[in-house]
Amino acid sequence: MSVIVRIPAQLRSLTGGVGEVAVEGATVAEVFAALDKAHPGMGERLLDEGGNLRRFVNVFLADEDVRFLKGLDTPVSDGQTLSVVPAVAGG
Amino acid sequence: MPSFRDLLSQVREEIREVEPEEAERQRADAVLLDVREADEYAQGAIPGALHLPRGFLEVQVEGRLPDKSQPIVVYCAGGTRSALAAKALQDLGYRDVVSMVGGFNRWKDEGRDWSAPRVLDADQRNRYHRHLLLPEIGEAGQQTLLESKVLMLGAGGLGSPAALYLAAAGVGTIGIIDMDVVDASNLQRQVLHNLDRIGERKVDSAKKTLTALNPDVNVVTYDVRLGADNVVELFSGYDLVVDGTDNFPTRYLVNDASLLTRTPVVHGSIFRFEGQVTVFDPYVGPCYRCLVPEPPPPELAPSCAEAGVLGVLCGIIGSLEAIEAVKMLLRLGDPLVGRLMAYDALEESFRTFKVRRDPTCPACGDEAGEILIAEYDQLCMPHPTVGPASAR
Repeated sequence: MSVIVRIPAQLRSLTGGVGEVAVEGATVAEVFAALDKAHPGMGERLLDEGGNLRRFVNVFLADEDVRFLKGLDTPVSDGQTLSVVPAVAGG
Repeated sequence: MPSFRDLLSQVREEIREVEPEEAERQRADAVLLDVREADEYAQGAIPGALHLPRGFLEVQVEGRLPDKSQPIVVYCAGGTRSALAAKALQDLGYRDVVSMVGGFNRWKDEGRDWSAPRVLDADQRNRYHRHLLLPEIGEAGQQTLLESKVLMLGAGGLGSPAALYLAAAGVGTIGIIDMDVVDASNLQRQVLHNLDRIGERKVDSAKKTLTALNPDVNVVTYDVRLGADNVVELFSGYDLVVDGTDNFPTRYLVNDASLLTRTPVVHGSIFRFEGQVTVFDPYVGPCYRCLVPEPPPPELAPSCAEAGVLGVLCGIIGSLEAIEAVKMLLRLGDPLVGRLMAYDALEESFRTFKVRRDPTCPACGDEAGEILIAEYDQLCMPHPTVGPASAR
């Protein structure tokens, strides 16, 4: 399964400035593992020490928050887009 | 050539007329349509009536009453113009139209319910003309805006465009809280202020700009820091809050006060080239903590002062906040309740994501305790809801 991950501005230093990355995986967890392999450091920014999704990062599969699906176990299908949307507070 | 009397009697044969008593009975289901001139209407009308002067009737009625099976009771002052209007409506395909015999004068003489409608003065009619043309707003909507009270949190990047548009739209009371003074480095994006105002309190500068734009607006200023000691009292005086604050602890405090006072918050936030907009309608949609259960650590969430922000981005996000505010005040369309709109200026794209109410949310969820208003530290963790503040 090839999934497009949308990288927010705050994390693009890890992808060499690229905003969209295609990675393989059948679940959100697998996609993030592949993303971390391709762009080391990414996993740490998305997941905490216990391997759970960080609470200040929202991850949307298409337009659904994965926290309200099956979290990291949410299955992904070929061609879907996973958007990483971190909380920002600037005004 | 038929005379006017001939014409009128011809019309009366083709329409149905009802006594005021019958019109009153139909009030629950029918639209009462007042076809008198504006000055007559302003003197007194049947509450809830739709006002559409005879001269504009055919031109505007389909926009205002799109359903041609809608029962309509037309009235004027004495029953003549309404008879002609009823005929015109029938000719346009309206199937259930009646004209009220004796008109408003008889309605009033019979001691039925009437009142002087709130009307715009001539200057307002001109100023808000483009709104009045929109059937979704019209005179009633404009009156609602003029009676609305919106609290702006911050007169900075987001607050500037939002406040300008809300003032221009005729939101009658705009409160602004900001404890900052205008600095030259603000002018790249904070369009409420200008070079002459450097060193001035932002709230005073904002008031000058907004009052010069629209004297209808009562600008109420609060030159204080938004905090646990004042947030509840402040929110209680307003219909809606527009959040343009710039840090996480304040955003969580705003959320608590919004839930406690049931005041909707239009949320906007920006970072470099990206912005987010959503609407938190307490207990209707998700709250801020449903969306962001915990804030990022400060090192991962630099402020705009540290990370920079494209000035124009504020115009986009702040204007979207103003649009959502107007929609919430007028109950128009689909506000961004339960949806997060994310804008990327570099890519020039908008994406909308679903945001759900979290049943386990410690602020608004099923098991949430009583809301305690207290300052947050950088961690913004929910306050324990049992025990006195001193025990925490």
